[in-house]
Amino acid sequence: MGHASGKNYINEEPGLLSWFTSLDHKRIAILYFVSIMFFFLVGGIMALLLRLELFAVNSAPNVGNILKNGDVYNQVLTYHGAVMVFMVIVPGIPAILGNFFLPLQIGAKDVAFPRLNLASWYIFMLGAALAVITFFVAKVDTGWTFYTPYSIRTGGAVVMMVVAAFIMGMSSIVTGLNFIVTVHKLRAPGMSMFRIPLFTWAIYSTAIIQVLATPVLGITLLLLAMERTFGVGIFDPKLGGDPVLFQHFFWFYSHPAVYIMILPAMGVISELITTYSKKTIFGYTAIAFSSIGIAAVSFFVWGHHMFVSGQSEIAGIVFSFLTMLVGVPTAIKMFNWLATLYKGSIEFTAPMLYALGFLFLFAIGGVTGIMLAVTAIDVHFHDTYFVVAHFHYVMVGGTLMAIMGGFFHWFPKMFGKMYSEVGARWSWVFIFIGFNVTFFPQFILGAKGMPRRYFDYVPEYETLNRVSTVGSWLITIGFLIGLYVIVQGLRKGKQAPDNPWGSKTLEWQTSSPPIMHNFDHDPVVTAGPYEYK
Amino acid sequence: MLLMNKAMAGSFMPEQGTQIAKQVDNLYGFLLVVSFISCAILIGGMIYFVLKYKRKSAHDKTAYITHDTRLEVLWSAIPLIIFLVVFAWGWVLYHDMRKMPENALEIMVMGRQWSWTAEYKNGVKSSEIVVPVGKDVKLILGSEDVIHSFFVPSFRIKQDAVPGRYTSLWFNATKLGEFHVFCTEYCGTSHAAMITRLKVVTQEEFDKWLIEESEVGLLPIAERGAKYFQTRACASCHNVDNPAAKIGPSLYQRWGKEAHLSNGTTVPFDENYVRESMMLPQAQLAAGFSAPSPMPSYQGQLSESELAAIIEYIKGLN
Amino acid sequence: MSTSRVVNGVNVASHYRDEKHQYASNKEGIWLFMVTEILMFGGLFVGYIIYHSMYPELFAEGASFLDWRLGFINTLVLIFSSLTMALGIYYNQISQPKKATWALAITLICAATFMVIKYFEYTHKFHIGIFPGAMLNLETLKEHGYNIQHPNLGLYFGFYFCMSGLHGIHVLIGMGLIAWVMIKNMKREFNANYYTPVEGVGIFWHIVDLIWIFLFPLLYLVG
Repeated sequence: MGHASGKNYINEEPGLLSWFTSLDHKRIAILYFVSIMFFFLVGGIMALLLRLELFAVNSAPNVGNILKNGDVYNQVLTYHGAVMVFMVIVPGIPAILGNFFLPLQIGAKDVAFPRLNLASWYIFMLGAALAVITFFVAKVDTGWTFYTPYSIRTGGAVVMMVVAAFIMGMSSIVTGLNFIVTVHKLRAPGMSMFRIPLFTWAIYSTAIIQVLATPVLGITLLLLAMERTFGVGIFDPKLGGDPVLFQHFFWFYSHPAVYIMILPAMGVISELITTYSKKTIFGYTAIAFSSIGIAAVSFFVWGHHMFVSGQSEIAGIVFSFLTMLVGVPTAIKMFNWLATLYKGSIEFTAPMLYALGFLFLFAIGGVTGIMLAVTAIDVHFHDTYFVVAHFHYVMVGGTLMAIMGGFFHWFPKMFGKMYSEVGARWSWVFIFIGFNVTFFPQFILGAKGMPRRYFDYVPEYETLNRVSTVGSWLITIGFLIGLYVIVQGLRKGKQAPDNPWGSKTLEWQTSSPPIMHNFDHDPVVTAGPYEYK
Repeated sequence: MLLMNKAMAGSFMPEQGTQIAKQVDNLYGFLLVVSFISCAILIGGMIYFVLKYKRKSAHDKTAYITHDTRLEVLWSAIPLIIFLVVFAWGWVLYHDMRKMPENALEIMVMGRQWSWTAEYKNGVKSSEIVVPVGKDVKLILGSEDVIHSFFVPSFRIKQDAVPGRYTSLWFNATKLGEFHVFCTEYCGTSHAAMITRLKVVTQEEFDKWLIEESEVGLLPIAERGAKYFQTRACASCHNVDNPAAKIGPSLYQRWGKEAHLSNGTTVPFDENYVRESMMLPQAQLAAGFSAPSPMPSYQGQLSESELAAIIEYIKGLN
Repeated sequence: MSTSRVVNGVNVASHYRDEKHQYASNKEGIWLFMVTEILMFGGLFVGYIIYHSMYPELFAEGASFLDWRLGFINTLVLIFSSLTMALGIYYNQISQPKKATWALAITLICAATFMVIKYFEYTHKFHIGIFPGAMLNLETLKEHGYNIQHPNLGLYFGFYFCMSGLHGIHVLIGMGLIAWVMIKNMKREFNANYYTPVEGVGIFWHIVDLIWIFLFPLLYLVG
């Protein structure tokens, strides 16, 4: 149901142009939504091309090759990784759902710095545009990790790409900074830190990582750009520099960044599970603190990416140990979600299916993560398809399930319309099954020794690769159905009530879609977020 | 349960070529079983709950349970204990992998885009790694250009080869046969083709092989060329028995004919053209191949007599 | 959200309760931003320390090319400018814009002095063939009578130019920001209730100074 005045954030300012100058957090979220969905499409097409190439062994190259040669494959691989990481999964949930719902969930009228919020979208788009331009100027083939010295020696517009990643990093910092101050300063009266919903807790923990880790990535990428432009020698063995230092610096950011990608997803799942079980979350404090715990420990585990890089044995052991410690808060969250289902009233809506899918995939991603944290086993699995499968289970299985689930969950609030439940469930069926068909065989491929980033492989790996490629088509069908459901929902969806799911958090207590200032009267909070009694 | 471990791990892992491989598989098998049980608890529990507590009406009453300290301590402590056990187990094995044996057979292995060269104490160079069975072997890894990684799946060992420093790994092969060696650190265009073989032979065969290889100098010039063509990894990019292009153009029946270049001109396929293609691969690119050529320059890598032998070998491919 | 209202003579955006609420939020934002700056330079410092311990002699030779007196003068200049910057904030807080203008102008002059000295240091190095990394020209150095012990001396100067260069860029940005608040100040936009931009720029400027206070001994003295 709309607001009594008929006004909402969508129609309050007329004209397409007004969207590009709007300081309203909800409108900026929509800007992010449109751009990130576009990049997701681009990254997805690249993934399909990669899988298509790997459908068969090319014992005779240049015959029937989709991607012609190793160079083209490596470039597509690089853009798939860079687009998906920097332009889709890192900004995904915080910039879309976080922007839209963090202020609503804590009863604020907006984020602390609305101008900065809009600026962060423009900065993001500038970085993204630069990255896209490199594709047409001189394609980069370093992989998204830019490992030195390969990235110093290879051709392509590496400097431009690195600058693009730096700029997108700035956008990420600005968004994180904005959220931290918003959570600290703009909570509604009565909204103590332990009454904020768990989605906001997760976004808050993520924001802390963004602010603390991204600057280190920034300086690393700048040094890499200097290395290529002036040959400063810091990462170049020719001048006595150490290429492995780059890996240390890079993973000091990029490992916490893994949690930038997954923590928001965990936050979404907490919301979905309580809402559709109509039951208060089990272990609110444990979940909230485990987010902070994961954020803190994540800064000290980067070396587990480098067990075979030549770092000392003792370093390997310490990093392995610390990585085990991150496993504990993650396990706690899983058990808490499970316990929340106990004696609930569970409704199988599409968002709930996505949440359950998340639990399934994340369980597998989690236990394989523990395997990779064991030094002796990682020596065998490092840089094989086992790793590829593991991080796709966590980041794609996890984060994308959460994005889809969260998006359907909040769709009525964002647009004031209902989507087709049946369509959304079908999209889940295809994505969930397709995902497992694509990535489960990759665990076995990796265990059997197939290295990652291979344009071609030895014949014994062919059957499993075929299965995996077929799975990628199923996922595609799933996402196409999902897109159709969204478009149909936007065009013809029934008008949504203010609180279609009977949820308790604040964002459901205002009109659908919300008005410009979120609430008619500033809410006063008197209880925790999940009081289903 | 231990049997099941082995069966499970065995069916997903490559064959076990060393003692360490067996130990790694045991640990992996244990982890598989534990993981399977935990997934069964988590996913099974989830399925059970969602079916049992399926919504019956819009007015279902739900329990109000905020937390349970005993349960929470339990499910924090049990995973922690399991994690610490596998961590310690992994540590012990990792220590064995990293501790270099004394009196091992040392082989220098150089990585370069995109081939490996093993150099033995007596000066023999080979693109395949040949080692005796049942003997400690230590590989000292180096790289001439970018980071590579030396991986033998059947031995469960892997180590990066980093330019500007040496790294090492060791193994003791228990099985005769041929095993894959992959490069697992992304190194550019033909990363996926940086594959070679590791041959485990008996001590007698190994000694014989070493002597034969060092006597290559006494062979007729074209046969020597054929050897170098293999050991310098020319064969990984160029076909010699059919006209199909691999990563580079085929050399089958090309000698004396016209070589079509990518700039549209033609030059005779003769000694000087072949020589220049090896020394300055970017200078005269064959038609149908895009610049820059992935071929590494062999300037300084091949002696004049080696060069002449390879050219003689290519002549004989007609 | 673009609406604002006037509370106690200050424009307060509508999502804040009052001007104090807005001030506290802005200040927290500025401090968080400073944390990112420190972490960014932190990466460089860590790199410097690692390589210094790997190649102590090479770093000593590199540092011998730096004139510690120039660095020391620059340190004094920046410390003094921090003082005048603080005065600039103080005079705005007690609503004495004229004095504030003077304080900010002196800060600007100090910053410019710093950059001029930096300019002479850089051009002298370029003149005798010192460039970062692989571009370091041993021949030119020899022509000028320097016998280099470490042919990869460029590694040290890679750090020198990256660190002091990034710092220099920050000084330039700082100058722009100081000029901006100075103009605002001259337009009498600040008063005892509202001086957030001056204070923000001030915090930034202190951090830039602080980073130099670490850079100076590392590059010029430790050697």
